[in-house]
Amino acid sequence: MELDVVELSRLQFAMTAMYHFLFVPLTLGLAVIVAIMETVYVMTDRPIWRQMTKFWGLLFGINFAIGVATGITMEFQFGMNWSYFSHYVGDIFGAPLALEGLMAFFLEATFVGLFFFGWDKLSKVGHLTVTWLVAIGSNFSALWILIANGWMQNPVGAQFNPDTMRMEMTSFFDVMFNEVAQAKFVHTVSAGYVTASVFVLGVSAWYLLKGRHVELARRSITVAASFGLASALSVVVLGDESGYSATHSQRMKLAAMEGMWESEPAPASFTLFGLPDQEARETKYAVHIPYVMGLIGTRSLTTEITGIHELIAQSEERIRSGIVAYDALMTIREDREATTPDVRETFERHGGDLGYAFLLKRYVDDPRAASEEQIVQASNDTLPKVWPLFWAFRLMVALGFSFIAVMAYFFWCSSIRRQTYPRWALWGAVMIIPTPWIAAELGWFVAEYGRQPWTVDGVLPTALSVSHLSVADLLLTLAGFVTFYTVLFIVEIGLMLKYIRKGPFEDVEETEIWTAQHEHRLRTHDGKVPFADTPAE
Amino acid sequence: MILHEFISYDILRVIWWGLLGILLIGFALTDGFDMGVGALLPFVAKTDVERRVVINTVGPVWEGNQVWFILGGGAIFAAWPPLYAVSFSGFYLAMFVILAALIVRPVAFKYRSKRDGARWRATWDWALFAGGAVPALLFGVAVGNVLQGVPFELTPDLFARYEGAFYAKFAGLLNPFALLAGVVSFAMLLTHGAAWLSFKADSIVAQRARAIGSVSGLVTIGGYVLAGLWLAIGIEGYAFTSEVAANGPSNPLYSEVVRTDSWLSAYAARPWIALAPVLGLVGMVMTVLGLRAGREGATLLWSKLGIFGAISSVGLMMFPFILPSSIDPRSSLTVWDSSSSHQTLFVMLVATVIFMPLILAYTAWVYKVLWGKVTEADVTDSHSAY
Ligand code: HDD
Ligand code: HEM
Ligand code: HEM
Repeated sequence: MELDVVELSRLQFAMTAMYHFLFVPLTLGLAVIVAIMETVYVMTDRPIWRQMTKFWGLLFGINFAIGVATGITMEFQFGMNWSYFSHYVGDIFGAPLALEGLMAFFLEATFVGLFFFGWDKLSKVGHLTVTWLVAIGSNFSALWILIANGWMQNPVGAQFNPDTMRMEMTSFFDVMFNEVAQAKFVHTVSAGYVTASVFVLGVSAWYLLKGRHVELARRSITVAASFGLASALSVVVLGDESGYSATHSQRMKLAAMEGMWESEPAPASFTLFGLPDQEARETKYAVHIPYVMGLIGTRSLTTEITGIHELIAQSEERIRSGIVAYDALMTIREDREATTPDVRETFERHGGDLGYAFLLKRYVDDPRAASEEQIVQASNDTLPKVWPLFWAFRLMVALGFSFIAVMAYFFWCSSIRRQTYPRWALWGAVMIIPTPWIAAELGWFVAEYGRQPWTVDGVLPTALSVSHLSVADLLLTLAGFVTFYTVLFIVEIGLMLKYIRKGPFEDVEETEIWTAQHEHRLRTHDGKVPFADTPAE
Repeated sequence: MILHEFISYDILRVIWWGLLGILLIGFALTDGFDMGVGALLPFVAKTDVERRVVINTVGPVWEGNQVWFILGGGAIFAAWPPLYAVSFSGFYLAMFVILAALIVRPVAFKYRSKRDGARWRATWDWALFAGGAVPALLFGVAVGNVLQGVPFELTPDLFARYEGAFYAKFAGLLNPFALLAGVVSFAMLLTHGAAWLSFKADSIVAQRARAIGSVSGLVTIGGYVLAGLWLAIGIEGYAFTSEVAANGPSNPLYSEVVRTDSWLSAYAARPWIALAPVLGLVGMVMTVLGLRAGREGATLLWSKLGIFGAISSVGLMMFPFILPSSIDPRSSLTVWDSSSSHQTLFVMLVATVIFMPLILAYTAWVYKVLWGKVTEADVTDSHSAY
């Protein structure tokens, strides 16, 4: 691969975004879990729940710091590395970003300070409110950024303006209620909840294995398993929602994810396994499950799903139509006032394909001068590489189903089996801690790489979106980010491990006073003293 | 939707120009003292407990304050997309350095006191210093360059190109006038941080802060006056030569711009804007006097007024220019030709009118909950302090 400014900018964006998203899911989920724990504390008044809130809250804080730091990079990177993108779609894309600041970041960042510093300064209910505001703030931030990202996948509510050479908003409501954005939001947020549940489950399991902090660990497992089961179910159900919305908005991405070269008559089958071959344009050794793809993709058994060959042919038509639009645009631009109505009319008719003409700019400066060969080449470019998408998608789905199984098992142990867990299961829970992160990164990879060669689907090609920078600029900053981020990562993991090993801060005296006061209420029906089995620490 | 027709395009543009100013000022007033405090940290506090006092004066609030900066980025993107596109890529390496400083800052705040080692803590203390000092300096450098014009031009497709190889571009930013502007903004935020510490911190730390602040306050005043003189004799301004359609499409290439003798001619055209530099200077002088006399709350207020005056003096003087181009004046971005569409400006205004008062209200509530000085005992007795 030749390292030009476009490739380097992509590499840099992919790296910084994927790094940011190592911290995001845990923030999203842990904020809610901590808020649930504190709610139980306020309702039951039991100190153990406050200790849980504080302990998981501390880990939340360690993660949150880097989430914020790496988010700042993201906010400014569009302007730094994707200057033409920022000009071309800022009129629409900037709005959700600004709203994210107004509605979400102020909320979470202002109250997160009080979450840590406000324990002695606020009433119980006051502090609980603060905690929920942090959780709501971070979830709102996911909503707005995914509206921005959803628009790049499915650019609704906008129109090209020849006078300003950019896309402009025609309907804010269409942008906000974009079905792709809504599907992404629920799927991504549930993915965050699963991530945090697996994290809490795994750390608590480790405590049980070591016989430490048993009371805290058991209760945490109960919370994690119930919350995690609900979230794992919703990730899968709502992942299907993402697939469904991709069917009408991004058919090429869907076909590539499926390695589906030929259009399949309804009902389409799902390819469980296969080896996609880009050169030969076929998927070898494919194992199909009949009907399933039709159900995921169209929710019906009668709608046809379009295959890659046909989609490439459609791209070629749109490129030709785009050239007509480009020609009209140039005429309009040369003579702003005197343009005859029929040029404007031609532009109206073909303007929707203007982005397709821009695909040719990789090969010629003026798309009107493109040769037949270049047109064919550009239409082939509309297919992203198939095998990485095919496999990334399958791995994510497999992990999704296994999270349901894991969470259901622990839920069963914690409710029916009265909180007894076999050791092998506890070890398993520790081992799987990294997997939800893998699933989430794969999901982003599918969503973003699958969108190639576009930054904004059908509107603006990636190759055109960059800034006027030199390779040296990009190499320098790339090296800088890699260095910084590596150091931060090591420091973060180190602190996490330190505080997990150290365990919660337990105020023994407080717990004893409380237990003494509530003894009558706590005695189990067979008359035993509660917590008798809690090991001394 | 035709709701947006209620406010005409040119008025919306002026409102958003004002809001841009308010955001930048909001950032300087709030996150400004966090940065000042960071830059003062190694000098006003010697022992670990003293340093923790300093850090905890801003501990619970710096995060919310920082959102002024983030929202500044988001709002420029939404309301002035060409400005977002041209300035951040044009100041590429400078932006990277600022980002680096802003990346280590949150981590330093949160991680510093989570381990005991002296080296660990000293390292993060210097990170806090850099996280405050570097942006404070570079923001001024950026303003200094904007006043002189930035070397970019727009192609007919409105793609922004810049002159110069990458290192030359960065070195070019560090010219004498820009450095002077950098010193002014650095000294100004340092003084603001000192005013905050004098208000919020305990005895010895507050004393040292006042001593440093009264010197940096004088540097701010001197630098600001010097920069004004320099603008009068050494730096050209910009003006439109063609008629401008204040309601027209956002395409800078539709109007003609030339360079004029000086930005200061704006004061002749609109004498009332002289209020801004006067307010700035009065605020700065009162801050220095207040720091010397040991007044606390009033000094912080004066410092805020000084910053308000200084920043708005630049914006008002340049109006309607936002980002002038030194190599192709016609490409310069102005209030009339580099905004979002009518519809977007309107939608964003509605959102701002709803959310900004809410933000101000809950931020005020948080400051009220946290009211009072941070003492050494607070820091050593609490589990929740940094
Ligand atoms: C689905 C969720 C999600 C996604 C896709 C992104 N972020 Fe993010 N971001 C969050 C969810 C989030 C969060 C949960 O709100 C964070 C993460 C960790 C944290 O501390 O807050 C956050 C922090 C965060 C911050 C710091 C906010 C603060 O001070 O509180 C900024 C400026 C951004 N992000 C900006 C971005 C941009 C420009 C993105 C797109 C490229 C992006 N984030 C992707
Ligand atoms: C935080 C989660 C995200 C991850 C892990 C992620 C991942 C990626 C990856 C892997 C690429 C590179 C694709 C390629 O070049 O082959 C990419 C590109 C890009 N993504 Fe994302 N992305 C995330 C969120 C977003 C969001 C929320 C937005 C917009 C609001 C966005 C906008 C872009 C842009 C502008 C590019 C560059 C152009 C391109 O290469 O397509 N990304 N991202
Ligand atoms: C059966 C299970 C799952 C299905 C059917 C599924 C489906 C999908 C689809 C179709 C996309 C691409 C959306 C697009 O076209 O842009 C996607 C993206 C994504 N997935 Fe999954 N997924 C599953 C499980 C998971 C799991 C377990 C996680 C993480 C814990 C996860 C995290 C993500 C993320 C973060 C994205 C990117 C954001 C987005 O586009 O929504 N997914 N998923």
